[in-house]
Amino acid sequence: MSEPKPLSLHVPEPAVRPGGSPDFSNVKIPRAGAVPRPDVDVDPEAIRELAFSIIRVLNRNGEAVGPWAGLLSDEELIEGMRHMMTLRTFDARMLIAQRQGKTSFYMQHLGEEAISCAFRKALAPGDMNFPTYRQAGLLIAGGYSMVDMMCQVYSNSRDPVKGRQLPVMYSSKEHGFFTISGNLATQFVQAVGWAMASAICNDTKIAAAWIGDGSTAESDFHAALVFASTYKAPVVLNIVNNQWAISTFQGIARGGSGTFAARGLGFGIPSLRVDGNDYLAVHAVAKWAIERARRNLGPTLIEYVTYRAGAHSTSDDPSAYRPKTESDAWPLGDPIIRLKNHLTVKGVWSEERHKQAEAEILDTVITAQKEAESYGTLHAGGKPSARDMFEGVYAEMPPHLRRQRQQAGV
Amino acid sequence: MARMTMIEAIRDAMDVMMARDEKVVVFGEDVGYFGGVFRCTAGLQQKYGKTRCFDTPINESGIVGTAIGMATYGLRPCVEIQFADYMYPAYDQIVSEAARLRYRSNGEFTCPLVIRMPTGGGIFGGQTHSQSPEALFTHVAGLKTVVPSNPYDAKGLLIAAIEDPDPVIFLEPKRLYNGPFDGHHDRPVTPWSKHELADVPSGHFVLPLGKASIVRAGSAVTVLTYGTMVYVAQAAAAETGIDAEIIDLRTLIPLDLDTIAASVRKTGRCVVVHEATLTSGFGAELATLVQETCFFHLEAPITRVTGWDTPYPHAQEWDYFPGPARVGRALVETVEA
Ligand SMILES: Cc1ncc(C[n+]2csc(CCOP(=O)(O)OP(=O)(O)O)c2C)c(N)n1
Ligand SMILES: [Mg+2]
Repeated sequence: MSEPKPLSLHVPEPAVRPGGSPDFSNVKIPRAGAVPRPDVDVDPEAIRELAFSIIRVLNRNGEAVGPWAGLLSDEELIEGMRHMMTLRTFDARMLIAQRQGKTSFYMQHLGEEAISCAFRKALAPGDMNFPTYRQAGLLIAGGYSMVDMMCQVYSNSRDPVKGRQLPVMYSSKEHGFFTISGNLATQFVQAVGWAMASAICNDTKIAAAWIGDGSTAESDFHAALVFASTYKAPVVLNIVNNQWAISTFQGIARGGSGTFAARGLGFGIPSLRVDGNDYLAVHAVAKWAIERARRNLGPTLIEYVTYRAGAHSTSDDPSAYRPKTESDAWPLGDPIIRLKNHLTVKGVWSEERHKQAEAEILDTVITAQKEAESYGTLHAGGKPSARDMFEGVYAEMPPHLRRQRQQAGV
Repeated sequence: MARMTMIEAIRDAMDVMMARDEKVVVFGEDVGYFGGVFRCTAGLQQKYGKTRCFDTPINESGIVGTAIGMATYGLRPCVEIQFADYMYPAYDQIVSEAARLRYRSNGEFTCPLVIRMPTGGGIFGGQTHSQSPEALFTHVAGLKTVVPSNPYDAKGLLIAAIEDPDPVIFLEPKRLYNGPFDGHHDRPVTPWSKHELADVPSGHFVLPLGKASIVRAGSAVTVLTYGTMVYVAQAAAAETGIDAEIIDLRTLIPLDLDTIAASVRKTGRCVVVHEATLTSGFGAELATLVQETCFFHLEAPITRVTGWDTPYPHAQEWDYFPGPARVGRALVETVEA
């Protein structure tokens, strides 16, 4: 026996750091239309390779091709376009508002708009999302009031959650949007429980769980997979892989697993990867998974491959940990430009219409913003009362809290 | 001696210890290449390499669990939980494992581990960036809990924590990172560069755990406090003109009961101040200890000024935060009682 060699610790590193030139040669991108579309009742074992490929519909010429194409009408696509543009404009306005000190904090979706906007259109009324802070498209595409969203961001007198939550931590049961927690991954497993409840009650509602690539490392993610797998819960398990957590690249969370989608395979959960910047592909895959859940065929895991083009939040400066030009080099492009090209190729959209839509949307968002600001911003104008702070801790305020409220004199 | 912010002092403590002892390893979320979201570990990976200071997956249970494994192997991990509000997934590892290894193995396995985490509010961070969970640690047998309030203490106490043979929870009041915040949120905070407690000895220097510091000597009432509230209490004393003796506890477990008792026996009055919620907070423990050790010297009921028993709100941050006005009122009432 020879002497064993000394061990050494492996610590993953991204391909490039600030100063280097961006490199996505490791992201293997199949041709649009190349990935088959199995029946929803397929044996999960038969589609293992879908966890390693990328389902794409829009090709480089802006055409919708392959078995996942053809589900949406022109009107629906134009509506989707408007939703994404609205979300992007909403984000831009709120980022400026944050910089102006009208609120404390903001998180944007830049580059990821297709995912939540398209997914929302595949759901039915009564379904419930358990979102993270980067799925506001579920609200925009679901017709939730932008004024209400902004009032939440401003923590003002009309804030639906009374100033109790950090900006963007929306809540709307009516719009199928579960109250957002700031604690990562906790809600991924709650979605599974909500879906199990629907099954226990013999209802027809399904749940959608949401998580970021970085947060899949949390134990709650794995708990969700085992419960979903064991009880075949009617839930869609969504992983938004935007390549970065805060400063850590996706390799830190993914480790030796080929892809995030592949995490589902060990649990026997059908697991698909999809081009997250392709509105049509996101919608088609979401629809497939939602149908599986609705037909009591159990959970589906979806990994959306996308890129976080902006900073993690207004507290973050990505130039400290990744090349500034990395987002330009991202090979899956921009979801709005890609849908724009597609609609233009189809002859139902043009540069002119796009400009016009941009102007209209900006106008609508600014109108909403003016109204929201008339109800106050974080440090000026109307705000939730100190009394509101004591409400809602319990259904009925216990004596000790009542005493404290009196002490506070509110 | 160098003038440092609290962030720099904390970093310096880790730097000194990593240089002295190759068994010291530092890791956590965003801690490696980037150097931590509050920059406390900036430069350590570049200096000591990727296997001494590294980024982890986002899994707090994993961070503490692996740190325990390393500590039992013989390393001295000093890990970061990005915000104290995110320590709950690690709580089982902390309570059931780190805290009890020594006891249950009769000393065969021990856990020299430091878990650093930013605590407290005042930054409009809402309920997930503002909590003060110290009582959840002080309630656990086998843990030590430290809360520094200035750069000097932060460095000396962190080095003591890293050298300690048992697990230490090191809570960093994030509102103090860049300057001594006194609760007057509408006034600018004087940066540490203008403060003498920012003069930090260079190299290895230890402040023993379990020694409180009297930050203001006085005769009218004893104020027991720690962290950010040390400055709020000082502002309250100055503004009310009450001759308070303010004690910065610095470490909650082990607690410097001698200093506390000597002061209360002298003043005959006691106000306990912390930012954490009231019920079952560490203030309850302090009030009981004072009652047990100083009952016959007390001339007024012991009063607590704390955060309200609600989650930490966003918009109503300053209604929640026990600022100088509330502390001042308690001082006046206690002195007049
Ligand atoms: C339990 C917990 N740990 C840490 C954090 C701090 N944190 C907030 S977002 C984030 C990164 C999440 O990355 P990812 O899951 O990829 O989502 P993305 O922001 O990219 O959408 C971290 C570490 C937290 N909010 N909760
Ligand atoms: Mg991410």
